[in-house]
Amino acid sequence: MTSLLTNAKAADISPPVPTAHKHRRMSLWHLFLFPTALLFAIPLVQMFLASLSPQAELLRFPPPFIPSHLTFTGYARLFASSDVLLWLGNTVLVSSVAIISNIVLCSLAGYGFARLKFRGRNFGFLAIVATIMIPTQVLMIPTYLLFSRIGLVNTLGAAIVPWLATSFGIFLMRQFFLSIPAELEEAAVIDGCTRLQVFLRVVLPLAKPALATLAIFTLLGAWNDLIWPLIAINDPGAFTLQLGIANFQGARRTDWALLMAGNVVATLPLIVFFTIAQKQFVATMTLSGLKG
Amino acid sequence: MAETLTDERRAPQTGRAARRRRLLRDNVEGWGFVAPATILILGLAIFPAAWAFLLSLQKWNGFSPTQKFVGVDNYAKLLSDSELLDAVGHSLLYVVLFVPSSVLLGLFLAVALNRRLRFIGLYRTAIFVPFVVSAATTGVLTNYLFDPQFGIVNNVLRSIGVPQQGWLTDPAQAMIVIAIMSLWGSVAFTTVIYLAALQDISAELIEAATIDGANRWQTFWNIVWPELTPVTVFVTLWQFIEALQLFDLVYTTTRGGPLGATETVVYYLWDAAFHKLQFGYGSAVAYALFALTLLITIGIVIYSRRTKNEAF
Repeated sequence: MTSLLTNAKAADISPPVPTAHKHRRMSLWHLFLFPTALLFAIPLVQMFLASLSPQAELLRFPPPFIPSHLTFTGYARLFASSDVLLWLGNTVLVSSVAIISNIVLCSLAGYGFARLKFRGRNFGFLAIVATIMIPTQVLMIPTYLLFSRIGLVNTLGAAIVPWLATSFGIFLMRQFFLSIPAELEEAAVIDGCTRLQVFLRVVLPLAKPALATLAIFTLLGAWNDLIWPLIAINDPGAFTLQLGIANFQGARRTDWALLMAGNVVATLPLIVFFTIAQKQFVATMTLSGLKG
Repeated sequence: MAETLTDERRAPQTGRAARRRRLLRDNVEGWGFVAPATILILGLAIFPAAWAFLLSLQKWNGFSPTQKFVGVDNYAKLLSDSELLDAVGHSLLYVVLFVPSSVLLGLFLAVALNRRLRFIGLYRTAIFVPFVVSAATTGVLTNYLFDPQFGIVNNVLRSIGVPQQGWLTDPAQAMIVIAIMSLWGSVAFTTVIYLAALQDISAELIEAATIDGANRWQTFWNIVWPELTPVTVFVTLWQFIEALQLFDLVYTTTRGGPLGATETVVYYLWDAAFHKLQFGYGSAVAYALFALTLLITIGIVIYSRRTKNEAF
């Protein structure tokens, strides 16, 4: 893992430039790639189609492959009968706080562990790396007990607090800061800047690619998180989107148009982000591999 | 360290005081940078992990004032708990269904996507997008696609003459469906890791093999595949750990059913802790699983160091 993380090249996976001029003939790989890509696309296409289908057609037997016409009644029922906009707002709030907090705290800590000399530095960093090994299932019960004692149960705080800072984020930022030459900072120190000024003015502007990776990692984690809200939030007023859609599928078993409309609301923002910033997303996936 | 000591001894009294002040300033400054994040992470990981271990030695429902210390009783109980052993079996079934296919499909997709083709961007997007879809959405989507009556999967099968399948309602098929959808959402990860590794293999190496008369198939098996060994070990271990912790997708599809066929270890533990309120016993299950994954991880790391395959 370390070798992957430290290798800056690893994050860039654009296809190799062909060495010689080759004819762009029909490659046999299309015979494999086209059906595979289609198969991967079908679930999401089905999700969008079903969310726009008349509910009666989804429960006809046998169901049609393509709806006769598109309609927004699924969305109308979703917005009328659930607090989905509130949940969306909650999720946006949780994710934004998590992203801002991670960018601030993890870059500060990453810089401290990479550049500053102080007592306990190595031990502190080692302890943080060790926490990456601790699986969620070990933490579920005590975290629930902890949250109930400090009054976080049934509040959005239960969804936010576990995401305020991540050990992966610190690890990532430290690796990045180690990779940039220290001479730049030394010059600024000689010019009389304090450490914080050096960090804010010299180092942080260079760190944009790493911060983008950290932001995407946090966004995916906080937006899609199910387990922490699940154990600590029972109050529908503090539901996140994930908790909301996981819960109301029990109550609305076969109202597929409505359920898929909820799925679209929960997924579309991430799909849009992904298509805009595919390169950064893929780099983040390569570096992290953490999901859920 | 040794150098600073001799330096200090040599320095005059005033120099030593100044030095101490500077050291103090360095420490305050350093901790000023790292303390907020460090306290949060250790407070939400090391401290609860220690607490969970203490809980695993107790019998407690989480609310009553009496926490009975029972020593290793909870751990002894694990071995005779037939429902837990069933759950271990289900988790292992999922590991067998998911891990090899995610590694092999990831490798195959990476090899296929690692070239300049028309539409390659579209292919990549189609295969990578599911990665951003949450487990909750994937779960609801799975229920829809694999619905025995109205789902598209049975609909397609029906149109080619295959009889209707039970899928998530059939104890023999439910875990297969979960593994398929899990693969759909996560194979992008193994694919991008292999893609990155493929591009690290030097072109000269492959050229040399081609000049020596190796065909593409021989080049792959004799040159590329051995070069990929460290990555293969890494992703296999990673996916194995992930697979052992399967919970989200079970929660949003079958809730452990039908007839307990998809009750995995972590689902069982969640149920024991948050429905049956067995906080002590649940913690023991969590620690046993943690210890098992840790042992396997250490074993693989030592093995790969011995065989010098450079995975770790």
